[in-house]
Amino acid sequence: MSNFIHSVSLNVSKCKGCTSCLRRCPTEAIRIKEGHAVIDSERCIDCGECIRACPHKAKKAVCSPFEKINEFKYKIAMPAPTLYGQFNNLDDIDYCLQGLLDIGFDDVYEVSYAAEFISAYTRLYLKKEDIKKPIISSACPVIVRLINLRYPSLCDNIMPIIPPMELAAIFARQKAKKKHPELKDEDIGVCFISPCPGKSSYVVNDELGKKENVDVVLAMNDIYFRLLAVMKGEKTPKPLSKSGLLGIGWAVSGGESSALFSDKYLAADGLENVIQVLEEIDNGKLPELDFVELNACNSGCVGGILTVENPYIAKAKMQSLRKYLPVSGAHPDDKIPNEAYFENVNCFKPIQQFSDNMQESMRLMSEIQTVCSNLPEIDCGSCGAPTCLAFAEDVVLKGADINNCIINMKDYLLQKLEEKKDESYDS
Amino acid sequence: MSEAINFHYVVDGDDFTSAGEASVDIKRKLRQLGVDPAIIRRVSIAMYEGEVNMVIHAEGGTVDVNVYEDKIEMILSDEGPGIANVELAMKAGFSTAPDYVRSLGFGAGMGLPNMKSYTDGMEIDTKIGVGTTITMVVNLK
Ligand SMILES: Nc1ncnc2c1ncn2[C@@H]1O[C@H](COP(=O)(O)OP(=O)(O)O)[C@@H](O)[C@H]1O
Ligand code: SF4
Ligand SMILES: [Mg+2]
Repeated sequence: MSNFIHSVSLNVSKCKGCTSCLRRCPTEAIRIKEGHAVIDSERCIDCGECIRACPHKAKKAVCSPFEKINEFKYKIAMPAPTLYGQFNNLDDIDYCLQGLLDIGFDDVYEVSYAAEFISAYTRLYLKKEDIKKPIISSACPVIVRLINLRYPSLCDNIMPIIPPMELAAIFARQKAKKKHPELKDEDIGVCFISPCPGKSSYVVNDELGKKENVDVVLAMNDIYFRLLAVMKGEKTPKPLSKSGLLGIGWAVSGGESSALFSDKYLAADGLENVIQVLEEIDNGKLPELDFVELNACNSGCVGGILTVENPYIAKAKMQSLRKYLPVSGAHPDDKIPNEAYFENVNCFKPIQQFSDNMQESMRLMSEIQTVCSNLPEIDCGSCGAPTCLAFAEDVVLKGADINNCIINMKDYLLQKLEEKKDESYDS
Repeated sequence: MSEAINFHYVVDGDDFTSAGEASVDIKRKLRQLGVDPAIIRRVSIAMYEGEVNMVIHAEGGTVDVNVYEDKIEMILSDEGPGIANVELAMKAGFSTAPDYVRSLGFGAGMGLPNMKSYTDGMEIDTKIGVGTTITMVVNLK
């Protein structure tokens, strides 16, 4: 069994079992059972596609409630740069950061500022000799999990450097301790304002090594409405923002790459595109590339499920916000510090494998082929599985009832009907 | 169990955009069987090249992948024009691909050489005007 804690959850009472989400799931993790959806925890990558697809709002992203911040004496808000693209007529990031202080945080620390350090580290990392190119960005946790589940030979291509949010949390904590030496570790609450459930899963699971830097993950849409109430522009905000345009650029697909000052990169966004690109890399088709930036959401994090603004509009707003900013606010040393590395990146989980024994796997495979050859191959979804093949796999591997296929069911019912007729003739 | 498992694919020669789909599918199957990732990679690259060749040079064909306990065999058959000079075709960089194909990044003349280097055995059976059958083997042990 998997012990991965997910951040996409289902409200069974709202789910009508309508199959809207079934085929949208990129890892075929959803089945409809007993009239409602069930998510396979081992396969789910927390991409949120099913949340987007559900017409009944039965699926939702799980974050911490805002009140959770009160468990800490010293609360630090850590906004993802995407937050800045959510507001109308925002011409200075400081209004937004001041707003965070006004709703109850003691300090703010911009993830975009830390992102500039990660960009610098990436530039250094790409110069190393003994690395497997193309290097794949580790910033979108959904992509990292997708690779770990589906692309065993690409696990070593993932950049072993922590995402900006993690580094920001380390810095934020250090800053707080310096400013207030009397604070104990447990007094400090580092609260990340997240565009997606994927980041939330990243924080609560320690697959990539132990990390205890982020304490609370808050939903961006929740914080947005709280900020609207206080961001009236009445007072002059404190000069809080330290980011340059490179860091802010991370919110949009292509932003992370453009900070590498190289043209040997590719940036793809949206899971379907990403999967196509991964297949190409897996086939050794893109040898000329140094770096590959992949974002699960369309347009990048501005397309995250917890954002409020349309991704394209948010993108335009970010562009005008970046306009008069310095290129980079951060100027890190020419060395990647140890704390910026993941403990383990390659944690390939062969979940697709039928069994540890190849002979047994082959036996199961031929059984699946036999079952599948008797299915109509129309992928109608009424059996509760996304495709006829997935259903055949469920029948052989998980003991699903073959009569869940309506075609088989029809034959079965006709046979029952015949039997009943015979009975009534008899009597 | 000593029987092989067969996966059969029809490669559509009319649809250039679907070239490569069979090699994506075989990857998934081999993963399910628990084949070593490095071997999966070799099989799928070799098959991808062969599949693309069938679409570019031979108006499509079929691929049969037979998985045995000790080896994976790929048989790519087409009823295309055949290869006039196999020795020449095997040379790195040799290509008769039309320009529009090159502009898409194919036609570098590395397909056949790669198919040979990624597999443990390759045989080409070809006849002008009749077609080409290429059999490749990758050992599992
Ligand atoms: N299935 C095939 N049918 C006919 N000709 C082929 C076939 N496969 C390869 N060829 C010939 O061999 C040449 C070399 O193939 P390959 O090394 O894959 O290079 P490329 O496909 O880039 O041209 C091709 O240009 C073509 O003339
Ligand atoms: S692209 Fe950004 S918002 Fe979307 S899942 Fe990845 S990290 Fe989250
Ligand atoms: Mg070729």
